[in-house]
This record gives sequence, C-alpha cells and structure tokens, in this order.
Amino acid sequence: MAYEGDELLDSVTSKEYEFGFTTNIESDKAPIGLNEDIIRLISSKKNEPDWLLQWRLEAFAIWQKMTEPNWAHVKYKKPDFQAISYYSAPKSKPKLNSLDELDPEMRKTMEKLGISLEEQKRLSGVAVDFVMDSVSVATSFKDKLAELGIIFCSMSEAVKEHPELIKKYLGTVIPRTDNFYAALNSAVFTDGSFCYIPKGVKCPMELSTYFRINEANTGQFERTLVVADESSYVSYLEGCTAPMRDENQLHAAVVELIAMDNAEIKYSTVQNWYPGDKDGNGGVFNFVTKRGMCEGINSKISWTQVETGSAVTWKYPSCVLKGDNSVGEFYSVAVTNNYQQADTGTKMIHLGKNTSSTIISKGISAGKSQNSYRGLVQINKSAQNARNFSQCDSLLMSDRCGAHTFPYIEVKNNTAKVEHEATTSKIGEDQIFYCLQRGIDQEQAISLIVNGYAKEVLNKLPMEFAVEAQKLLAISLEGSVG
Amino acid sequence: MLSIKNLHARVEEKEILKGLSLEVKPGEVHAIMGPNGSGKSTLASVLAGREDFEVTEGSVTFNGNDLLEMAAEERAREGVFLAFQYPVEIPGVSNMNFLKAAIGEIRKHKGLDPLAAKDFLQLVKEKSKLVELDGQLTNRSVNEGFSGGEKKRNEIFQMAMLEPTLCILDETDSGLDIDALRIVSNGVNALRSPERSFVVITHYQRLLDHIVPDFVHVLYKGRIVKSGTKELALELEERGYDWIKEEVESV
Repeated sequence: MAYEGDELLDSVTSKEYEFGFTTNIESDKAPIGLNEDIIRLISSKKNEPDWLLQWRLEAFAIWQKMTEPNWAHVKYKKPDFQAISYYSAPKSKPKLNSLDELDPEMRKTMEKLGISLEEQKRLSGVAVDFVMDSVSVATSFKDKLAELGIIFCSMSEAVKEHPELIKKYLGTVIPRTDNFYAALNSAVFTDGSFCYIPKGVKCPMELSTYFRINEANTGQFERTLVVADESSYVSYLEGCTAPMRDENQLHAAVVELIAMDNAEIKYSTVQNWYPGDKDGNGGVFNFVTKRGMCEGINSKISWTQVETGSAVTWKYPSCVLKGDNSVGEFYSVAVTNNYQQADTGTKMIHLGKNTSSTIISKGISAGKSQNSYRGLVQINKSAQNARNFSQCDSLLMSDRCGAHTFPYIEVKNNTAKVEHEATTSKIGEDQIFYCLQRGIDQEQAISLIVNGYAKEVLNKLPMEFAVEAQKLLAISLEGSVG
Repeated sequence: MLSIKNLHARVEEKEILKGLSLEVKPGEVHAIMGPNGSGKSTLASVLAGREDFEVTEGSVTFNGNDLLEMAAEERAREGVFLAFQYPVEIPGVSNMNFLKAAIGEIRKHKGLDPLAAKDFLQLVKEKSKLVELDGQLTNRSVNEGFSGGEKKRNEIFQMAMLEPTLCILDETDSGLDIDALRIVSNGVNALRSPERSFVVITHYQRLLDHIVPDFVHVLYKGRIVKSGTKELALELEERGYDWIKEEVESV
C-alpha cells in the first residue's frame, strides 16, 4: 500500500529535477581559467571605467592570497578555479524596447520556468529583471519606477549610468577581503542588479530578479546592491532555477543591502538551483555572501529565504545593526533531499543601542541529506539593551538524513537579552495516517504537514512567492518519508 | 454494509485478532466491548488501514468491495471514518484547510465538483454546532492546543463534515467529563441515519446510555465471544468480564 520503504525510495529517486532543460543560444564565452588578463577581458567586454578594473584587480590579488574555507559542515570536491570560464554572455544580445523582441529560444526558456513576463507585468505588477547567465536581457517597468526616482537596473548599466552611487556603495557592506568567495566575486562578477530607492519613497511594487545558469562550466558571479535611502521602503524578490548538468556548477554571488535612517528593506529568496541527481552527481555549488547594513537609526532589514536547491549550499544572510533602534530579521526554510548538503543560517551583529533581531530557521532533511543551521548572534559593547530571539527547528523525513545546529552567541554587554530555542522532530507516521484516514493522499499529507511546519516563514513571503514556495516544498519532498 | 469473516491480524510477530467475525447492516449501531488487550483498537486500526498491522487470514467486505485491498485513503473516500482515540496535532495546518483538503478529495472520488467556499463555510457553521464548537475552529491548527474534550468533539465534527457511511469510534468516551460525553454523544446521535452504521468501541456502559446500540459484542482474545443487545452491556457493567472469560475457557 501507500508507503513501504522500498517503494518510497523509488518514488523519491524517480523524481527528477523538473526544470532540467538547457537552452540553445550561442554564447560569447571567455577562455577557461583565471588570471589578470581574463579580468581585463571581462572589464573591457563590459566597457567598464578604469576604477572598476583596478578594483577588480585588487580583489583578484586579495583572493590569490586566500584559501578556500573548510569550516562548513559540508563535503564536496573543491572546484578547480582554472577550469572555469568566467564570462559568458548570450551572443546576440538584443537591446529590447519590449519583451516581444526577445529571442524566441530565450522566450521559451522563460515560459518553461513559468515566468511569463507579460503575465507578471499585467497581473501582479512585478518588475522583472531577468538574468540569463550573466547579462541582463530584459527589464520592465523601468519608466514607472523612474518617475519615482527609483533606480532598478542591471549592475553593468548602473556602472555606466550611476557610477557615483556604485563607487560610493560597492563593497562597503561586504569588503573584498571578507572571504574567499566574496573576493573571487569582486574580481570576476559579470552582472547582477542594482536598486536605489530615494529618500521618502515607498517602492510601490515588489522588485524581482530571476537568475539562471545556462552555460556548462560557467561560474556565475552575480553582484546585487540595494540601497534604501532615508525613510524609504523596498521589497525585493529573487528566485532561481537552473538546468540539469553533469558537472558541478559554481555559484558565488554577493548581495549587499544598505538601509539608511528609518528605511526598510525586505529581501526574499526562493532558491531552486539544480540539486544533483538521486546519486549525488552534478548540482550547483551555492557559495553566497549576503549581508545587510542597517546604517541608519530605526532602519530594518529582513531576509526571508526558501532554499530547496543546490548540491552544496553555504549561505548566511546577515545583518549588521549599526543604527540605534535598528531591526534585523532572518526567516528561513531550508530543504535538503537525496545527497544535498546545506550549511546555512545567519549572523546578527548588534552595534547600535536598542537594536533587536529575530531568527526563525526551519530545516527539513530528507533522503541521505545533511542540513545544518549555523548562526551567530553577537552583542557588542556599544549595543546597549540589545535583544535577540532565535528559534531553530529541524524536521527529519527519513532515518538516513542529518540535522545539525551550530548556534554561536557572543555577548559583550550585560544589558542584552538573548533567547534561543531549538527543536528536532521526525515527521510523524501518526500525522500522515491521520490525513490518510480523512481521504488525503500521502503526497498531499506531506505537503500539508511540511507547509504547516514552515508556515511562520512562508507567511513572511510576499504573496507572489508564497504560493510558488509552497509548491516548491511539495515538489522537493515528494515521496520522501521513510 | 460491513462483513468481517474469520479475521486474523498481527502486529510484528504477535497475533492479536484470531478469527473475528462481524456483520453490520446499514443504520445499525454495534458496540464492541472487552477487557484491555482483547484487540478492540487493533480492529479499528485494521479496518482503517493502518500499515503496522498485517492481516494473515480472513476477509472484510465493505459495500461489496474487498476493504483489505484498498489503501487507507481510498477507504476513507469510500466512506470509512475512524474517530481516533488519540487525535494527533498537526501544527501550522489550519482546521479549515485540513477539512477543505479532505472534503475536496472525497468529492473528487465521488465525481463531484469542489465545494464552493461559501457552501463550505455554511457547512462548517452548521456542523460545528452539533458538537458545540461553533466559531472556535477557524483560526486554530488541527488539534493543536486542544483540550482532550475538544479533540474528541473535533473528531465528531470532522465526521459530520465528511459524511461517512461507516463510522468507527475508538474509545471516543475516554478522557471525557460528563458534559463533554453528553455533547459528543448528542453529536453522534444527530448523525444516526438508516444509511449510516456505527461501530462503537468502548470500555464503559456509560457511553451506551447516550449512544444506544442495537447490538453489543464482547471481544476477548481476538474473537467475538458473546453477542447480545444493550442489556448485555448492563450485565457486563454489573458483573465484569470474569464470567465471560470462564465461559470461554471452559469450552
């Protein structure tokens, strides 16, 4: 009947990655390997100003002196950085006035992904900056945003059109020296998104970017920078799917957020990179550095993530609470199945007075996967009356997977209040049987139970993403109880 | 409606049901009583399709179909409902979503269109009154933070919503105070109809004061050893099970 062990295994393993297809578009690709010449090539392909080239070269020099970190609870074959091509742009890059002019192949890709740009434009009012490999090919809603003084464009465009802003903010939250992958990204990033919300402006729509790796053996190095000026508000969505590949693909993005006085940034991610097949072959390495700076008083930065993809994930969206009364939040659902490994969490660095942070982390492990929460709450001397609440829950779907929690708490000010709660539970056969007995089948039962478990986090997602995220959880865990 | 013949079932290596037979006709209420460990809850679990139990011999037909061939969710969709002795909590899943999913599946199985939101809410309003739960369920997760009495009332409420034809009540009276017992029993009685049958598993006569059975059976060592009418329950209340055990052993 419904859930015998072997049958289960079959149904888990027969479930292949749904978005595993590739697009036949000729690519303009740099030779493989990494050296100063490659960096010069990237920079010249993008017609960058000299200051940025120098900035990249300095980052490269820093990176060369660094070694790849080993502390995460993940095991993988280290990428050969000389075997990767660092630049790939769709060859016939069209400058589009409307989406109708889009290359039909690329159009098809977007449709398979379920991203109908017109649909999104019309129905949900989402401005989409779609990134295929490294170069942005379509941007919508720009005029409407421009009226409000909001800048939302690709990073390459921002370098040309708004060099003063890029020069002022790039690398200020995550310096090139921060870590191995941030240094690498700084040297070779090809594109990404830039967003600036001027003083007093509430961005009227969710800003959204879809990323996709399309070229075999091409590392993707996105760079995102969001600046919210005084008393402004923006909600930013990022979602990704990637095509099936045999060889591991490296994804090392850098995302920097800056919130000035009374500003608020809400950054939501639904991540579904190719996780590798049922035997653990292939899959994306996702080594991302994300950090938000609550620069001003009363500022707020909120990270929400639903992570279901990647073979190996290494990701800690963090907040530096510098401004007095600033608020940092981290809401996360991380799902691992088969041989996936995730080491994810957050850092909340309290510097200002009366700063507060909230961490809600929901890990779900299935198959033979390993899922770790790693978090740091640091209350510094200057952070009078700081508060933190952390809750880290783990749900186990099988008896061969692992859930781990590594919470670090450093308190240097005795007025701090720090709370940490953690639970680990196994999905209950009793719960599933209860659903079955009411006529609900096993897949739907798991979906109900898991979505219920992750509800606190899913509720934080904007509507556009919440539905998608629920489906993604269900798909990722189909037949995975055992 | 339900025909159980010579049913043998075991959990792991232990045989618990050893040749149980029972006929239930439409509209009848059968009470199953018996000492601890006689196999009452096992019977409920086997009928509902719990996987931990293995049927080694015998047959169960339900409306002419082989019940044992059906998966648990199919049995539910065909009209078998088990009111659990220990209803589980499902955190984060609202009662309403849960019921909507269940009703959706059952209607789909019957070839009916999904219930419109308005009609669903109307049904909730109407049926929750039966067990005096009206207005208390909408914002809560399935059984989460419910008192023992509320959980049992919720079971009967779900039963009313799903409109099964065979209702199995597994010690629904356990852990209930007198008021809750009355509420739950009234709910069950309101659902009695010529098409709907009940198998009521209980330890105590007091439930049968409220839900009056057509037949009372005594389960002992995995078999029905004595059957009678409601008077049998009264006799058991008075004399206990020893005289029955003696009768069985002497045969």
